[in-house]
This record gives sequence, structure tokens and C-alpha cells, in this order.
Amino acid sequence: MVKPESILCPSPQGLYCPPGDFYIDPVRPVARAVITHGHSDHARGGHGAVLATVETLAIMQARYSEGFAGSADAVRYGQATERNGVEVTLVPAGHVLGSAQAVIRSKGLTIVVSGDYKRRRDPTCPLFEPVRCDVFVTEATFGLPVFCFPDASHEIEKLLKSVAQFPERTHLVGAYALGKTQRVIRLIREGGYGQPLYTHGALASMNTLYERFGIDLGPLQPATVENAKKADFAGAIVIAPPSALEDRWTRRFADPLPAFASGWMRVRARARQRHVELPLVISDHADWGELTDTIKELAPGEVWITHGNEDALLRWCTLNNQPARALRLVGYDDEEGED
Amino acid sequence: MRAFANLLDRLAFTPARNGKLTLLRDYFADAPDPERGWALAALTGVLSFTAAKPSFIRKAIEARMDAELFHLSHDYVGDLAETVALVWPAKHGANREPELSEVVDTLTHASRAEVQRLLEGWLDALDADGRWALLKLLTGGFRVGVSARLAKHALANMGGVEVGQIEEVWHGQRAPYEDLFAWLEKRSDKPSTDNPGRFRPVMLAHAIEDADFAKYEAKDYAAEWKWDGIRVQAASERGQRRLYSRTSDDISGSFPDVIEALNFEGVIDGELLVMREGSVASFNELQQRLNRKSVDLALLARFPIGIRAYDILLDGEEDVRALPFAARRRRLEAFVAHANSPRIDLSPLQPFSSWTELADLRAHPPEGDPQIAEGLMLKRWDSIYEAGRPKGPWFKWKRDPHLVDAVLMYAQRGHGKRSGYYSDYTFGVWKEDANGDRALTPVGKAYFGFTDEELKQLDKFVRDHTIERFGPVRAVKANKDFGLVLEVAFEGLQRSTRHKSGVAMRFPRINRIRWDKPAREADALSTLESLLEKEL
Repeated sequence: MVKPESILCPSPQGLYCPPGDFYIDPVRPVARAVITHGHSDHARGGHGAVLATVETLAIMQARYSEGFAGSADAVRYGQATERNGVEVTLVPAGHVLGSAQAVIRSKGLTIVVSGDYKRRRDPTCPLFEPVRCDVFVTEATFGLPVFCFPDASHEIEKLLKSVAQFPERTHLVGAYALGKTQRVIRLIREGGYGQPLYTHGALASMNTLYERFGIDLGPLQPATVENAKKADFAGAIVIAPPSALEDRWTRRFADPLPAFASGWMRVRARARQRHVELPLVISDHADWGELTDTIKELAPGEVWITHGNEDALLRWCTLNNQPARALRLVGYDDEEGED
Repeated sequence: MRAFANLLDRLAFTPARNGKLTLLRDYFADAPDPERGWALAALTGVLSFTAAKPSFIRKAIEARMDAELFHLSHDYVGDLAETVALVWPAKHGANREPELSEVVDTLTHASRAEVQRLLEGWLDALDADGRWALLKLLTGGFRVGVSARLAKHALANMGGVEVGQIEEVWHGQRAPYEDLFAWLEKRSDKPSTDNPGRFRPVMLAHAIEDADFAKYEAKDYAAEWKWDGIRVQAASERGQRRLYSRTSDDISGSFPDVIEALNFEGVIDGELLVMREGSVASFNELQQRLNRKSVDLALLARFPIGIRAYDILLDGEEDVRALPFAARRRRLEAFVAHANSPRIDLSPLQPFSSWTELADLRAHPPEGDPQIAEGLMLKRWDSIYEAGRPKGPWFKWKRDPHLVDAVLMYAQRGHGKRSGYYSDYTFGVWKEDANGDRALTPVGKAYFGFTDEELKQLDKFVRDHTIERFGPVRAVKANKDFGLVLEVAFEGLQRSTRHKSGVAMRFPRINRIRWDKPAREADALSTLESLLEKEL
């Protein structure tokens, strides 16, 4: 029987596949890389050959401009490629537009590297697709039982109710540029809000890219209008990267009410630390229930945990007789550091 | 329960008073009876349950979850109730979500043994926010920054009435306050205010401004010292004795010595002070008696409390609020003389013939009690006793504050309108160590007193001269050769073991920004300490 470690193993650059001679989401420039999704801690510039979905490559191109990699190999979900007897297939991970799990098959073994994933419906990307495997390599960003996320639509309801309650204030929603922003916008639209949404300049390129891939975000306007009066933004919803929430940038708005769409908002102390007045518990990562349900559903021979809060997830695996180990990969940020 | 849980959640994260008022008003307007009444009771601290203890809750979760997973979770979250609320395993379709009124009603009648089972059933049925609200309700203390006063304001906003009207009926109402809501929604008449010993809304004063002296004539006003205690209303009516703060909180429980002394029929307005043989003590001493749940005899003996009377509202059974101040004052003098209690004396009037003469008195208070008065009060001889803060009939003319030149050391970002600004400032003064080296030691924190324009300048200074960051706090460059001097005004100083410097200021605010003054020339801690000796 082949050992899975001979097909995939941790290395300082990231997960490495010796027979195929490629890395998955390497944190340093390498000759050959498979990229699961476009977040900057997973998709870095400067690699030689890159294999990723069409969408992920478009995101990398938008972020790092043309020469982001020596060569790019665009694949569709489900389309298999082969190298030195190693077959790689990308299947939907449900995390953000273009996000994929890397399914690696070699010598009769199947290893699934989930990348970052979630199991909930997301109007901006296809649903996570479970794949039977011998080894499931999972993230554990929210790997603690306290992270049980409510329905995202419930959180958006809270936001829209607050906008109605405080028409004199500007609702400033912090959301990461890639994925969260567009999902929040879609959810706001699904919540019945048709008025223009105002966006920070740093969000524009990803919004345009999503729209190019057919995701309708409704009327958007820049929140950076020259000479705008404070009153212009009273009652408006403005979306901005989280770092801008406490920046001088916010001074242009009428009595801003800071909201933040993130899984971390589930814990009060985290929301308070960031001076958030309206925490919106919306995450693009799997919560505790999704992480454990997925492992139960797949029942793989082994679970490998890449990054996040692995202690609790390891404990859960032990309690459920699920062989598991932590890879403790470094270089991957939790949601905080993304972007 | 869901609407109440959502309300608590919003309140917990909304720092601004106006924001809280909007949230409360909307909740009271939308929630049905008796749900909103129980919510009001819960928020104002009227409800308390003793059957459910934190150990209960811990036991319940330990039966449902691996101890190590719970430990990891608790460690991460910190707060026990919040952890349990988050990790409680969902039981879909377990039960119907309980209403708040149902919870209150059941808990009031349930035995200790029943509570455990009931609690677990409710936790199964609620979502995380609902579970948090329930657990906080049971264990006491929402800590969402809502005082009884604020809740009354929200009720006033909801019903379009003055808050004084709410205060007037408040003490006759009981949870779940259905009559009160019916009145506020104009479905019924105002509830009866004929409750003996009820609170009557107090009359307050504006600060006098320089221009006012030209507008008003000295002969129209009476003057008396503004004593430095807490303003109270003492009622003794048909056997009901009560002591209220000026915001209508019933503080009778903390002052049994005062209650015992209310051997009269009527309602007076005065200052609560530590009094020894007719002399009053400083506010610092009074503080030993404030906010205490229980009072022991030693404390009563050490800090004897009395009332220095300012005014009279009810003389026997006669409401005298519509009489002019001159007439009320004569009534009050007779009333206090008749009560003849060592715990009740009269705030003496200070005769004067011109504003100049009064200004001189204020600047040079005579020996004795006036030395520690906060300033003077001016009351028009013809003013009736009216609720609220009308402009003209009464003025306060406070003593000039103490000033100290301190150096800006740390700044923290503000909330709401000030969320993009560093607007909370910690300042320090020079302290000499054993070797004669001077270093800054923090002595206080101020977050107002400056204009919007000055805020921008201060914010820029903080950003330009940050030397270290700790979360939302920045340490600012401050040493002998460089630093920003702030002239800080404050009302008083007291010793404090909680502060490294050993002193704590009352009501500090930024009086002036001394862009011109070198940091080395800011004041020393010894300057503040000398003030301390003078005060005590």
C-alpha cells in the first residue's frame, strides 16, 4: 500500500507533491504551483507554471497584473490534468469565485486538499462538492465549537433593519475585497434593497471582475466622490475593506455606524476590539458544524489539518475515532489578515 | 424572546446614548404586552432570579459536551455565559422558543429543582443570541449600558411626553407596566400619581454665562451656596418615607439614618452631605456611603449623613410648587425649624446687593462650609418650582475649576462620530524618582472640552507622533524635550489606590491646548498632591 505522504507532504513552501513536482498554494515562489483560490495568502505572484480555475487566474491577473506567473494553465471544474502519473482535478470549494479543492489521484490513492471552503449557499460561487477520498486535507480557521454561524440572510436583515432605524447615519460595512464584498452585496440585493450601494475604491477591481463573470451586483457607486457633502451619505450603505473602517477615510460620512461582515464577529470581544457597532456574522469559511459534518460525511482514511484552530478539531476527531493529524502549515492568515 | 435578544445585542454594541434611545424606543413601540414590560423590568434591574446559578449552567453544558472541547472554547471566549450560549448544541425542532414573559412567569413560580430542567429546554429551543439573553437574565447583569434613567427617556420619546411625567408615575407602576404603556400609546389616561411618597420631578439650573449678568438684575435673585454632595428629594407622606436621587432613583435603602430622620409630613429638596455637628464634609467622604447595597453600623457612625435643605415641594398635604420661591423659602424655614432634626438643616441664603459683590463672595468664600462649596446658586424670588431646566429662573455659578498643565501620553480612538479620531486622551505630570530623575506619570483621562477643530489638530498630533500601538490605543511621544501640553480643568482631587499616581481627578476635561508650552514646564505631581492636602 502506498503511503499518502509519498504523494503529498508538508514543506516550508507549502504542500508538495514529489511525484508530480508541484506545490499547492505555496507561500514562496516555486517552479510549479496549483492554486486553490485567489486570496493573497494562497495565490502569491512569481511562480513559474500555475494551474488554477479560469476565475482564479483572472483574479491573480487583476491583482498582480500580466506577468503574475511564468505560464498559466486554466482549467474548468472537473477537468482532469495529468503529470508524471499524478492526476489533478479542481472541484468547487464554495469559498469564493473560482475557489476549488484540489483532488489528487495517484497509485490508487485519492487526496483532497480542500483549500478554504464552506458548505453554505453562496450566490457568487458554486456549492462545495464532496469527493470521496483517502486523505482529506482541511482548513480549521473556525475550528472551535463556538463558531456556529447563523444564516447569512438573518444577518443582512439586521443590517437593513438598522438602516431603516438610523436613517441619519451612514452604515459602513467592512468586508474583504475578494468574495465577502460581492457575497454581501448579493445578499443585500436578495434582501430587497435596490438602492445604489457605495463602495471604497479598493473594492472596485474585484467587483468589476465578478460582474464580468456574470454576477449581478446591482447599482454601485464610488464612495470617494470629490467634494461630497456628509449628508449625501446619510442613510446609505457603504462597503469598504475592514482596514478602512477606523481610518481617516470614514470622516467623509455622516455619523458612520461601523458594521463588519466576518465569522470572527461571532465572539463579542472580537467585535468590541474592532469598535464594531453592528457585527454581521457572515463567513466564507466552514464553521464548526460544517467542518465536522464534512469529515463525518467523507469519512476519509485520514484527516490532515492545514491551518487555523486545529486543537479542537483534532480533539473532535479523536472522540469520533477519526484518524487525524495537524500539519501546522505556516504562512496562511486567518480571515483577519486576508487582503 | 427573540426581539428582546436582538435588542440586547444591539444595545451592547451601541455606545452612543442617542443610538440606545432609538433602539429602546423602537423596541417598546413594536413589542407586545406583557413582553415589553418584562423587558423594561429586566433592563431597569427590577427583576432578579436566585434559582439559577452559574454552576447550574456549567453542569448542564458538561452533560452535553466533551470537557476538553468546552475548555478550549471557554478559554477562547472568556465569558462563561457567552461560551455556553455559543456552544450549546442545537436541537432543531426541539421546542417552541419561549417568550420573555413566559420565562419570567415560570421562574417566579418554579422550584430550584424545576429550574434546571426548564432552563435546558429553553436553551434547546433558542438560538445563540437568545441563549445569551436568557443566561444573562438568569445570572444577572446584561452590561449593555442602559440605566433606568435612559429607559425612562426612551419611554418618554415613545409616548411623546416629558421624562418628568414618566418619573412622576414611575414609582406607582409595577412590571409588566401595562398601564404605563397604555397611557403612552394614548389608549388610556395617565396613571394615577397619587402614590404617597412618590417622586416629583426636580427643578434644575443652567450655568450662568457672562452675558446673563447684563440681562438680569441682582435684586430679583436670591443666592445660596451650591453644596458639594448629591442632590436629593426627601419625601415623607402618609407614612411613606423615601429618598430619591435627582434622576428619580429610589436610594432609601442606602440611607436608613436619613430615612429615620424624616419625621415630618412633606417633601423637601436638598443636598445629601456627610454632616458632623452642623458642618459638612467633602464629597470624598460622602462617596464612602454611595452605591452601597448594604450599610453597616460602623459606616453609619463614621460617615453620618444629613440633608441641607434648599426648597420645599409639599408642606403637610399642601403642594407648594406653584408658590414663588420667596414664599416657599419662608415655608421651608418654618418647616425645617419645626422638624428640629440634627440631620436636617437649612441652606442659608447669602444676602448681596450687586453682581460684583456676589462675584467677590464666590471668589472668596468665608471660612467654614462655604470653602468646600461648588459655587453659588441663584434663584429668582418669584420663580415657581417647575420640572426640568428652564432658562432664567435658576442659575448655577460654579467656582472656577482647578487647572493643571499636563502632557499628552496616550490616545484612544473614540466611538460613533469620533470613530475615525483619536479623541480620548490620557495625560500625565512629572514625577521625581529617588535619583532625582523626572518621568511622566499618568494622572487622568479626558475626552471632551475641545472644539471639533481642535479635535482634528489633536488627532493629527497623535498620528504624527505615535511611538507605540496597543490595539486601539497609541502611545504618543512625550519626554522632557518634546510633548504636547494640555491645560486640564477639574473639579476636585482625591487619593486613589487604583491609579499609579495615587490621585484621581473629578470631572477632568481639556481646558486649553498649550501648543506654546514646552513639555518640561508642565506641572509636577507634587503640585497636585499639595492640592490634595488642602482639600482634605
